[in-house]
Amino acid sequence: MSRPATTEKFDNPVVQWIDERLPVFTMLTKEYGVFPMPKNANYLWSFGGIALTMLIIMIVSGVVLAMHYTPHEAYAFSSVERIMRDVNYGWLLRYIHMNGASFFFIAVYIHICRGLYYGSYKAPREILWIVGVIIFLLMMATAFMGYTLPWSQMSGWGVTVITSLFSAFPLVGDALVTWLWGGFSVGNPTLNRFFALHFLLPFVILGVVFIHVWALHITGSNNPTGVEPKTKKDTVPFHPYFSVKDGFAMVVFLAVFMAVTFFAPLALSEYDHFNAYDFLVTPPHIVPEWYFLPFYAILKSFTMDITAWMTLLGTFGALAAGGFAYLTLQNRKWAFWAVCGAVAAAGFLFFITLASFVTAGLKDPGFMDYMNVVVVPAKLQGVLAMFGSIILLFFLPWIDGGDVKSARYRPAYKRCLALLLVAFLTLGYTGAQLPEGWPVIAGKIATFYYFLHFLVLLPYLSRKGKNLPVPESISADPCCASKGKK
Amino acid sequence: MKKTSSLLALAPVVAFVAAIAFGAPAQAAEGVTPPKQVWPHHGITGTYDKAALQRGFQVYKEVCSACHGLNLLSYRNLADLGYTDAQIKTLAAEYTVTDGPNEDGDMFERPALPSDRFKAPFANAQAAKAANGGALPPDLSLIVKGRKHGEDYIYALLTGYKDAPATHPQTGEPVQLLPGQYWNEYFPGHTLSMAPPLMDGQVTYADGRSATLAEAARDVTQFLAWASEPHLEQRKQTGMKVLLFLIVFAGIMLAAKRKVWADVH
Repeated sequence: MSRPATTEKFDNPVVQWIDERLPVFTMLTKEYGVFPMPKNANYLWSFGGIALTMLIIMIVSGVVLAMHYTPHEAYAFSSVERIMRDVNYGWLLRYIHMNGASFFFIAVYIHICRGLYYGSYKAPREILWIVGVIIFLLMMATAFMGYTLPWSQMSGWGVTVITSLFSAFPLVGDALVTWLWGGFSVGNPTLNRFFALHFLLPFVILGVVFIHVWALHITGSNNPTGVEPKTKKDTVPFHPYFSVKDGFAMVVFLAVFMAVTFFAPLALSEYDHFNAYDFLVTPPHIVPEWYFLPFYAILKSFTMDITAWMTLLGTFGALAAGGFAYLTLQNRKWAFWAVCGAVAAAGFLFFITLASFVTAGLKDPGFMDYMNVVVVPAKLQGVLAMFGSIILLFFLPWIDGGDVKSARYRPAYKRCLALLLVAFLTLGYTGAQLPEGWPVIAGKIATFYYFLHFLVLLPYLSRKGKNLPVPESISADPCCASKGKK
Repeated sequence: MKKTSSLLALAPVVAFVAAIAFGAPAQAAEGVTPPKQVWPHHGITGTYDKAALQRGFQVYKEVCSACHGLNLLSYRNLADLGYTDAQIKTLAAEYTVTDGPNEDGDMFERPALPSDRFKAPFANAQAAKAANGGALPPDLSLIVKGRKHGEDYIYALLTGYKDAPATHPQTGEPVQLLPGQYWNEYFPGHTLSMAPPLMDGQVTYADGRSATLAEAARDVTQFLAWASEPHLEQRKQTGMKVLLFLIVFAGIMLAAKRKVWADVH
């Protein structure tokens, strides 16, 4: 079968010569030859490799596109059209790059869902998971900047909407937005810096992917049972078993990607991406690319400003809750921490209320209506929730602290996860709708469930949830045993 | 059990993508949905109808080009429509373009060459607006890709001029058209500044037949679809080869995978 890891001699003298000086072949044998993979890893485990393939496709097509593209507000749109019309196979490069972004996200979303379902973020893979979330964030930043480059109506207005979000932050907001734009409106400096960063970030992603794979090769892959491999019987060498299995999955994925690229290249894009940016004409409906829609919907779900009477009520509520905990909790250590938490919350609420009073008072000395001063504007809530929804994922290994990894043996978690997916899909749908009618309410409910799932249900289930018996080992899993009979 | 659960985990993702791709785009505020038409260049194997493109080009040349440019196209691109090099050369030479500066530092006029871009009807956007009562006629190079519902919308717009109703169908307010404004069934908001551009018998085709409004609109829409996506046929032909290769490749990979995994238990 495969060469054992301890082999010191390669048959080929050239390979042997190189390896003695730079052990690339030893490394490749160890990491991709004999590297032990759980033999029950299913096709969902192929999506990491597929995502890496997509990253490479994006970098290669992107670098060639950059050779023909002009990052200037007066020429960007027509230079993209020149690529489409006059550059040899330019239309193919552009459609591959456009749809490649979507398929990169499809692969990564499936990859993340796999991790959530089979508990791949749990010990000992916490750092592997965190590095993955960093990749996801970098991808979002890169994709967003790439969306700007054709300088279409959707580009220009998308940038305007998303960068304006930063103005929600108190004190520094407006200065931050001006700094991001490189001016007082979205313009040529914005386009230039986004192009520079859009070119740079994919290589940063590649570096972080290297760390991701490094961490993976320390812990090894998780598997559908969530039980770590115990004996050699539980694993198979990566080559040829998973090289050929992942290879097959990759070709099928590429076939779907190519089918869309060649036969429905605009299925995932907006018509206003084909009209040049005009800062005087606001499009009827500004939407981000589909892969941002769930997060965009979370942003739009916050529509009510929090005013001073609410934060003051919250201050008193927090103090009352702290006092109640102090008087009733038997465990004194818990009581101490409850009081600390309550005082901190009350102090924070009181401080921001006071700060907004001072701001309002300074702005207009004759101001009287202090109870209705806006303390936390809806926009800021939305921005915090949108970023928070992803930041939350960094803490997932500790939010969900139970020993059992795979949702197979966690029936309650499985149902909650199914609901989370429904909520996420709902957000994806409502994110594309105009802010009126039932989608607004559906979006709010889904947003509520998203946070409920991570902040309440998961901590509870991981500690109190009833689990099914977990198999002794991968080989002892009935799914494996019945399949391999021969 | 194992297979089912992994499939189940995948299903929502697929549903998500499908929902976004087919259900998501906004509706309201963007006018009436135009009726769906059958176009020869749609579908997996659809190709442009070259005769229709030539007729459509004639409609563009005789009618639309008075106000609308085709900035992204050159005369040489007309070879796609089946014109010969000599025909294109003659056609381009009908137009006079400004070139220069010459050795004396002066700009000069010369007949257009096949390598020149389509001559714009106005010198700049301001001139275009001044000549059209303040409205800017959009460039048509990307009009089919740049409008919701593409070809269906363009055809519906060209054939959708009506007498203004007494009250606005969406807002219910009384309709008061200003001079130079027209009522169109399919234009978002219904009121636009383009006079009905086509009518029955306005264009006489090369075979001596005079085109009806519907024929002229259909032909020019196909011409504009080509202008938006000139590489459509090459794209589909290449796609067929690529997909055929990938399907065969996938079959080989599947066979290899089965063989390799046969001894795992």
